[in-house]
Amino acid sequence: MREITLSQAVNEALAEEMRRDERVFIIGEDVAEAGTPFKVLSGLVEEFGTGRVVDTPIAEPGFMGIAVGAAMTGTRPVVDLMFGDFIYLIMDQLCNQAAKTHYMSGGKLNVPLVLRTNLGATRRSAAQHSQSLHALVAHIPGLKVAMPSSAYEAKGLMKTAIRDDNPVVIFEDKLMYQDKAPVPEEEYLIPFGKANVKREGSDITLIATSSMVQVAEKAAEILAQDGIEAEVIDPRTIVPLDEETLLKSVRKTSRAIVIDEGHQSYGITGEIAARLNEKAFYHLDAPVLRMGAMDVPVPFSPALEDVTVPTPDGVAENARRLMSGEMIHAA
Amino acid sequence: MAKTKTNTEDYLRMYRQMVRIRTFEDNANQLYLSAKMPGLTHMYSGEEAVAVGICEALKFTDKITSTHRGHGHCVAKGAEFKEMFCELLGKEEGYCRGKGGSMHIADQSNGNLGANAIVGGSMGIATGSAFTAKMLGKDDVTVCFFGDGATAQGLMYEVMNMAALWNLPVIYACENNGYSEYTKTEEIAAGSITARAEAFGIEAHQVDGQDVLAVNALTQKLVERARKGEGPFFLELMTYRYHGHHVGDINREYYRSKDEEKDWKENRDPIIRFRTWLVSEGVATEDEIEAMNAEIKKDAEAAVDYALNAKYPDVSEVDMHVFTDIKHALA
Repeated sequence: MREITLSQAVNEALAEEMRRDERVFIIGEDVAEAGTPFKVLSGLVEEFGTGRVVDTPIAEPGFMGIAVGAAMTGTRPVVDLMFGDFIYLIMDQLCNQAAKTHYMSGGKLNVPLVLRTNLGATRRSAAQHSQSLHALVAHIPGLKVAMPSSAYEAKGLMKTAIRDDNPVVIFEDKLMYQDKAPVPEEEYLIPFGKANVKREGSDITLIATSSMVQVAEKAAEILAQDGIEAEVIDPRTIVPLDEETLLKSVRKTSRAIVIDEGHQSYGITGEIAARLNEKAFYHLDAPVLRMGAMDVPVPFSPALEDVTVPTPDGVAENARRLMSGEMIHAA
Repeated sequence: MAKTKTNTEDYLRMYRQMVRIRTFEDNANQLYLSAKMPGLTHMYSGEEAVAVGICEALKFTDKITSTHRGHGHCVAKGAEFKEMFCELLGKEEGYCRGKGGSMHIADQSNGNLGANAIVGGSMGIATGSAFTAKMLGKDDVTVCFFGDGATAQGLMYEVMNMAALWNLPVIYACENNGYSEYTKTEEIAAGSITARAEAFGIEAHQVDGQDVLAVNALTQKLVERARKGEGPFFLELMTYRYHGHHVGDINREYYRSKDEEKDWKENRDPIIRFRTWLVSEGVATEDEIEAMNAEIKKDAEAAVDYALNAKYPDVSEVDMHVFTDIKHALA
């Protein structure tokens, strides 16, 4: 199968959906001729024109609000938020407006909108361009949240997001834009709420999101050398969350680590760990461990930044300690 | 008063709609005072000529966005008393199945995109609705209602900038009732409000918001021009709020005098003014007007009675309408 980058995969998903449905359009800063700073959208304005690949002023709440109103009245916007960190700027439009409109109207108004943005540290971009803020939006009822972990996932999840009648926030890892993966030529979609078992194992479950899936897979390879068989699961979407697949795995392995690049406190790792504790307590041989990003603003210096996020060695080390029965107190 | 609509039927409908709004509010206030209504509500009384003058210039398919003080817009855009009182009381037959209440009341089927409880929160939505019309080649016009208080929100300037850049068919209707909650407008608004729109190259008008014919005449012209792609436009409608910020705001003398309220109610009331004009022009007799008032009063009382006895939504509806495609979000 051919291999393409995550960036190309997103571009293809958008182009295919825009060809399929003329109501789909892209709106955001420098999305047209510039194709975004990451060049993910290059070529789209040439095919679809500036009427459907819409450059805006630097006004995130403004274009997010416009997209919400456009979605409510018969179009299907894909909002391009250049950095995930800017999500703070659009919180009212996303969380008070987009997320609640269907509910507050008693089901009469829909907001079929995709917010595509990114996450991920270790790009030496410091505290305001490196955050992973998906837990913020996953907290809000009415928003779906997708976390692609490869080019294949990015394309399939994006196409599903665009066809969804609800507001969907999709977080791409900005360090993975140039990572290649096999992506079929023919069309496919990836359903929301169906986790992907990336690697089977019987000793411990590693549940990981976005680029942390790679970290978990590398950790699993390290552990395999020690004779520990780790199962790696990518939930794909954290809202809706495929609890069933996670619980099934944990009931089999009796141990789990949840790995995510958002801050550890009050985050995705804690939420998933709590659900496993509540629903699989009697199957567990050890506490479910959380591994998130350190609870510090992301530092600039490489010497500091690299220690803030989970690594394969760190995951493997914690897995060994869990396997040995040692109680672990998260930092 | 400026003449605009040319036949008796139009004049009488405008009068009727203004009286319907006042009557709705009088009943809503009574429901609050008699502790039959959950929560609070913000009365539109005194501002009727604004909503009616504008909505009577719109087609059924044109869109509006409304505010926390939204009952007037809802009635003026064609809603019925029964479903409105049911919504106010949190009943199943309410326009939003009891999930919105006073601050989110809207008859969505008439092009009302919802009342918004975030001050200025709907400016993006209205502009986005106009974006849809342009993108899909429809001739719909959208009117964005907001108060003078909302002119302090940054979102307004972001979306006016884009609306002007893209010539969107949106009319920003600023209902200047003199008070931003409990503070005089002059204490929160520097310079001129219309000049702010003019800074973006948006044609702006100030109009007497107590004169329904003046409001209607101006709006008709602007709507027609907006349909032809000459928008956006900005209106500052000088009006007055008879009640407090909300129904619980009873003792108001620390921010405005009783003499001032008396002057507006006795000398500038939009309904009394229009009624006097209708009689002096021979459009209707005093008897005909009294009969109309009595009929509306009876309709409202019947609707209140119906709503008080209507059933609440089944508790199983609590997690419905969070998403369009997941019937029960918590199941």
